[in-house]
Amino acid sequence: MKVRILVSFKDSVLDPQGQTVTNALHTMGYDAVMNVRQGKVFDLDLEGVTRKEAEALVPEIAHRVLANPIIEKFDWEILKVR
Amino acid sequence: MKFGVVQFPGSNCDFDAFHALRNVMKRPTVMLWHKDHDLQGVDCVVLPGGFAYGDYLRVGAIARFSPLMQEVRTFARGGGHVLGICNGFQVLLELGLLPGAMLRNKDLKFLCQHVHIRVEDAKTDFTRAARKGQVLRIPIAHFDGNYYAPARTLRDIERNGQVVFRYCEADGTVTAEANVNGSMGNIAGIRNTEGNVLGLMPHPERASEALLGSEDGRTIFESLILSLERRKPARRAAAGKAARHD
Repeated sequence: MKVRILVSFKDSVLDPQGQTVTNALHTMGYDAVMNVRQGKVFDLDLEGVTRKEAEALVPEIAHRVLANPIIEKFDWEILKVR
Repeated sequence: MKFGVVQFPGSNCDFDAFHALRNVMKRPTVMLWHKDHDLQGVDCVVLPGGFAYGDYLRVGAIARFSPLMQEVRTFARGGGHVLGICNGFQVLLELGLLPGAMLRNKDLKFLCQHVHIRVEDAKTDFTRAARKGQVLRIPIAHFDGNYYAPARTLRDIERNGQVVFRYCEADGTVTAEANVNGSMGNIAGIRNTEGNVLGLMPHPERASEALLGSEDGRTIFESLILSLERRKPARRAAAGKAARHD
């Protein structure tokens, strides 16, 4: 099973890198872009795990290691079941 | 008293800290390899600056899983003294021994310069040799030193008096300009509620000899020595008193 985890700053945390990208886009004339938030992508290959098990395992991994819950939030999805 | 300096792959201030403690402060000091399980009987663990595990994932995020860090956690929870400098501070935050987290510096620049920090509390085991309000001139060298804590945590930290150092001007005034990395509350260093764990972004070991342009960093090491070398008789006295109460 392939899963994708997206980690990004919580809305309450300033993201200076995202802000810098926003400014760069504005400089280029992309005025429609109001805001950019930058994050990280983790693609995990899991083996011998059912969908139900993944639903417990993936958030646990994201919470304990991949994201720092003080400043970051995460989302995840199954890309491929097998 | 005996110091131990932890070495991770990517630590680069380990020998500076070792030199400052052994040759300048003249105290027995050992290197502690991150894969070991033995703290070798040290009285104070120093987590040095650098880029443990290349700062992969997040600063300090991987270092906290090292076998030795499990020992350090137990040591700290039992009252053992731990000093985290720069990357060492970041590791302590990830390990959960200190509250909060580090964000990238507000201007997205690696900052390598001397800064002034004000001693907010001179009663800690790490600042006993200083005066409250004393200004120390110590260098910083970091990309991620922008201290962050959720509003409630920050309120608790301030209320408990856990802020030990704040970035300030040379005269001790705490200003936005002096807050080079954008830290909340100009926070440069904090302690845990028990007072046996301290993390700070500036590098005291780089300011421990006149040759280096400042000796202000020695204050922190001197404080630790003062606190820990006096502790043993104090503990005995306290134990005696407790016994009499029984």
